[in-house]
Formats: sequence, structure tokens, C-alpha cells
Amino acid sequence: MKDKLSIPDPLISLKEFTAARIAIGRVGNSIPLKQSMEFKLAHAHARDAVYSTLDVDGLINKLKVFELPLFHLHSQAANRQKYLKRPDLGRLLSDESKELLTDFTTKPDVAIIIVDGLSATAVNENAPGLLKILVPLLTAAKISIAPLCLVEQGRVAIGDDIASGLNAKLSLLLIGERPGLSSADSMGAYLTYNPQPGLTDESRNCISNIRKEGMKYKQAAEKIFYLINESFKRKLSGVALKDNAGLLR
Amino acid sequence: MYSFTIRNKVYRFNDLKTLLAKASPYRTGDVLAGVCAESYEERVAAQIALADVPLKTFLNEVIIPYEQDEVTRLIIDDHNFASFSLISHLTVGEFRDWLLSNETDTEVLRSVEAGITPEMAAAVSKLMRNQDLIAVAKKCEVITAFRNTIGLKGHFSTRLQPNHPTDDPKGIAASIIDGLLYGSGDACIGINPATDSPAAVLSLLNLIDTLRQQFEIPTQSCILSHITTTLDLVNQGAPVDLCFQSIGGTEKSNASFGINLALIDEAYQATLSLNRGTIGRNVMYFETGQGSELSANAHHGVDQQTCEARAYAIARKYKPLLVNTVVGFIGPEYLYDGKQIIRAALEDHFCGKLLGLPMGVDVCYTNHAEADQDDMDNLLTLLGVAGCNFIMGIPGSDDIMLNYQSTSFHDALYLRKTLGLKPAPEFERWLIKQGITDDKGGLLQVNPSHKLISGLL
Repeated sequence: MKDKLSIPDPLISLKEFTAARIAIGRVGNSIPLKQSMEFKLAHAHARDAVYSTLDVDGLINKLKVFELPLFHLHSQAANRQKYLKRPDLGRLLSDESKELLTDFTTKPDVAIIIVDGLSATAVNENAPGLLKILVPLLTAAKISIAPLCLVEQGRVAIGDDIASGLNAKLSLLLIGERPGLSSADSMGAYLTYNPQPGLTDESRNCISNIRKEGMKYKQAAEKIFYLINESFKRKLSGVALKDNAGLLR
Repeated sequence: MYSFTIRNKVYRFNDLKTLLAKASPYRTGDVLAGVCAESYEERVAAQIALADVPLKTFLNEVIIPYEQDEVTRLIIDDHNFASFSLISHLTVGEFRDWLLSNETDTEVLRSVEAGITPEMAAAVSKLMRNQDLIAVAKKCEVITAFRNTIGLKGHFSTRLQPNHPTDDPKGIAASIIDGLLYGSGDACIGINPATDSPAAVLSLLNLIDTLRQQFEIPTQSCILSHITTTLDLVNQGAPVDLCFQSIGGTEKSNASFGINLALIDEAYQATLSLNRGTIGRNVMYFETGQGSELSANAHHGVDQQTCEARAYAIARKYKPLLVNTVVGFIGPEYLYDGKQIIRAALEDHFCGKLLGLPMGVDVCYTNHAEADQDDMDNLLTLLGVAGCNFIMGIPGSDDIMLNYQSTSFHDALYLRKTLGLKPAPEFERWLIKQGITDDKGGLLQVNPSHKLISGLL
């Protein structure tokens, strides 16, 4: 794409100070084609991420190294359109999925729940890498892990239903975050102590922006491991836990 | 009880609140709230029934009880009967025709604005097509002033929004300079801070104030922190030009924002007392957006557009410089796609203007909404035609702090050029003096050694 008609921007030297799209020049009063296409491509990545689907087979394959049982679950939102329009349905397990989670008598320490959220791409790409570091840390610390759960069309609060169904003391939910223009593959980790249906965000701790160009797996795994230990020690999660966590920003 | 019969089918609507909700054009938020019409026919039946409701009914039948909600009390207690007298004999349907008639001009509209309640404005908007909303809004003129004059016919302003994910001063300054060199920033230079800490907000206030004084820019600054943070800073004598707050249309939704009318009163008086405006005393900047009441579970079964209009009752009490409906930020569960976002923006702009507010619109969307730049171009153009006071100006449309897409500096230039609109007059003179635009508003080629750029380096 040649842009010989575009007027060079006098502010090029200021670009180092911000990731904002400054100094993009102009043709007439309009954005030059090159910058216009860059924007369009970034938006295309974000849109594709919203409509991406959980790679169930790929994830099962990558997660089998942990030798844990695995459940494939679904929310009450039948499809992506419903999911986007009705966040309440994305927080509830479908009846079939609920059936799968009955008859749990053991009390595992941690339930690990992998949810597509607003970017399945994010968990497809980042969940296995994070768990490869985190699961050995948990196992070494004698923290027991419930069957792994893969959830389609889910939102954060669906983890409360699932973890309480599994009788877990704590839930760790990995979910695709709302894609931004610069990051379509950002994964969030939500930690909830004593998960029960009806909890809200202030009872959780969140670690955001887990991805190759954001928070690295090793750093994220260590933060999560630290938080899980603190959470068990103090028997809580959420706002109160965050205040005293030295490792957290 | 309201009803209308279509081909032997009787549609009944228990109260005014239900009638308004069922008459509202389709949007996901009303479905989520469970208040939406169940068929196309029911919606039109509700609209026809609503058209026959006298405007006077809105003064007798409140949609959220007076005893339970201070916004309702404000609406009823501040209603101006003298202004209302000109339209008091009309039904909602007759009001729509009256608004569109040629005799109802800018002056007439101004004379009745204090007699119109938010629910009357919301009701009539539900009977209007997009072009009606544009045609009537275009006739309204709401002019406000602080260090420049905003809202004059033929003028169109922008809030320069130089957000940065960590509030880095150089990063923010770079975006400000970029915007100024594209002619942006006459409505205000307004930053959404990454944190609400008073020290961080104060340093941002000082950053803009220094820049403004150094280059004698005839504009005002605003850091969009919580009103309590701003109030504390005002009381410490910080350089606060405009006091910002997000507001909703019910007492309960405002409680979820951590505010009430007494608090806004206090902050308004405190900010006024700083006396920093040179040509005007409009010191408040409010933001709103359909869906915030439902999102706070504070909607009382009222549809989201009517809730939104009720927030304007609060805004107009404090004679704001700017009111901004952040229409597409809330997400697809409230406004699903470009069509719904565009309709909502035109409704908000119309209702706000009708009630006498200096309306601007954050023409925006998130990545999980069914919308893109083309939808925003459509909305931007419609708002320009409708006489919208201001939009946002963000480098390349991409807000890297709030992670959503709004309008770029270039978008505002497009609109000014295609519709022949100018910036606020004081700001326009400054742009010419700085060699940024010529006297016809055309952008000039700025040299990298321009003092605005070299000043930062």
C-alpha cells in the first residue's frame, strides 16, 4: 500500500510515549489507507475472537498429561447470539451439565474450570501453557484438584455453580476476556474461595491479561499459586485478600 | 389501565410505566429486563395507546413512586407550570406533531423546556422515527460557556480524550498535542484516569492546566474521577475547571454510583466557588447511557430509554457545560448492534436537547457488539445533521485505556468539512493564531518544530 498522497505527521517523534494511535497522518482530513487497514485488521481479530469456539479436542489432548478426569459442560446460552444478549444464561449450567456434576462426595481443594468467555481463542492458546506450570506447583504442595471442567458459552459466575457441584473449597476459573483492539487473546483467572451460587465479583480475585505478550505464564502461575495458598490460610478471597497480597501489583 | 384493540385483540397495559416500556423500539436491554413488547403488533398497539395519553397525565401518574425516589421528587417538584401551559392541552401524539410543526421554532422550544418532564420527552420520542428525532433536535439550540462558547448553531465541538492505561504524563501529553494539532479539544480536554487516587488526579489536573496556560488555550479541563475525589480536590484549591459525574435515572442507580443529589449539590457549589470560567459559569460535566439502571438492578421495571431521560432531570438542575451519553459502551446485552446504538443515540440527543441540555454523544462500540466503524460513520453523520454539540476525539478512534472504539480526531474534521461546521469561536481563533488551521477551517501543514511539539520534548 503506497501512501504518497498522505501528509507526513509532524508528531512521529512523540509515538514512543504512548501506544495510542497518534501521528497517523492524513489524506485530506481522513485517515490514510495503511492506518485504516491496520485498524480494520485489529478489529477483525477481535471479532473473530468473540466468535471463536472452545477447541475441546485440542484442550483434552493437551490436558491429559495431568491424568485428571474431565467434564465437558455447557451453559444455558444455546449459542453465541444468545450468549451475547443474555449474560444471565451464561452464568447458569444447562440441565444436562448439572446432571453430570451430581453425586460428588469427595471434597477436593481446587476446581479448575476453563471457560470460553468472550474469547475462546484466549483459553485455547493460554490455558494449557499456564496449567503446565501451575498444576505441578499445586500437586507438590499437596493441594488436591477436582476433575477439570471445559465450559462452553460461559461467564465468570458459572464457576460458582460448577465448583459447588464438585464440592470444591476453591474455584480457579480461566476465561477469555473481552477482546481489545491490541489484544484478542487475553485470558483472565478468577479465584473464588468457598464458591457458592449467587456470589458477585467482590468475592473474587482476578489476574488479567494472561497471554504471551502480556503477563507471562510463569508469573501468572506464581501469582495464582500464592493467592490460593493465602486464600486457604485466611479462608477468604476477594477484596480483603487483595489488600495484603505482597506479590500483587 | 391503558388499552388498544387491533382486529378484536385487546392489548391492555396496566400502568404508564408498562405502556412506555411496551411502546419502546426494540432493544436487547428491555428484553433482558423483561419489559419489552412481546410482538411487533403489541409494540405498535402500545404506541397508538400512548399517543392518546394527555401530557397532564405524566404529572399525576409517576412511574417510580414519589416517596421512594428522589429523582421522581426532583422531576415533580421542579416542574414549571408556566412553561408547561403552552403544551398542557396536548396528548403525547399531538405533542409529536406540535414539535414537528414549522411554527414551533427554537424560541418556542426554549420557552417550553422547563415544562417538559423526562417521561414526556421519552414518551414522545417513542412515537418518532429517526428523522423526526433529528428534525426536532436540530431546532433546539443549547449554548453553554466556560472559557469558550459551545453549542452555537453552525458549530461543532470535541472533547479531546487523551487516555493512557497508566496515566503516564508524557503519553497523555503526546495524545493532547496530537489532538490539538488536529483541531480537537474545544468542548474540553477530558481524561478518564486509570486510578481514582486523589494524588494521581491532581497531577493530571496540573498537567493539563500548565499546558493550557503555557499555550493560552481557550478551553477547559476535566479529570473524570468520582465526584467525591473531585470535591476533595476542589476544597484543597486544585485547578478544577469542570466537575464530572456519571449519573443515572433512579435514586437506586445513583446509590450504586455512590452519589445522591445532596452530594452533587455540594460539589456543584464548591466548583462554582472556584470561579475559573472566564466567559461562563457552566461547571458540570455529566455522563449517562441507556442501560446503567438495569445494570445496577435499579430500574424499577422502567424501560432503559425512559430511565435515561430521567437522568437528564438531574443534569439540567446543575446547568452543565456538557452532557455526554456514552451510548455504545455498555455492551450488546443492552444495545445489540449498530441499529440499536444509532437509535438510542438519536433518542438521547433528542430528549436531552428538548429538556434544555447541551448534549454530546460518545459515538462508540465495544468489540462484542455487532457494530463497526461504518455504523459509527452513519451515527456521526446523523448527529452532525441533528446539531449535536460535541463528540469525543481519540487518537485513531482507539481508546487504549477503556478498550473501546469511539470517534477519532479525523472523524470530527470529516464532519466539520462535509457539513460546514466550525469549532467553538474562541477556539477557532486560537487554532488560526497557532497556524493549525486557516481561516476557512482547513488544516495547515504543521512543522515538527512547532512550539506545541517542541514544548513537550
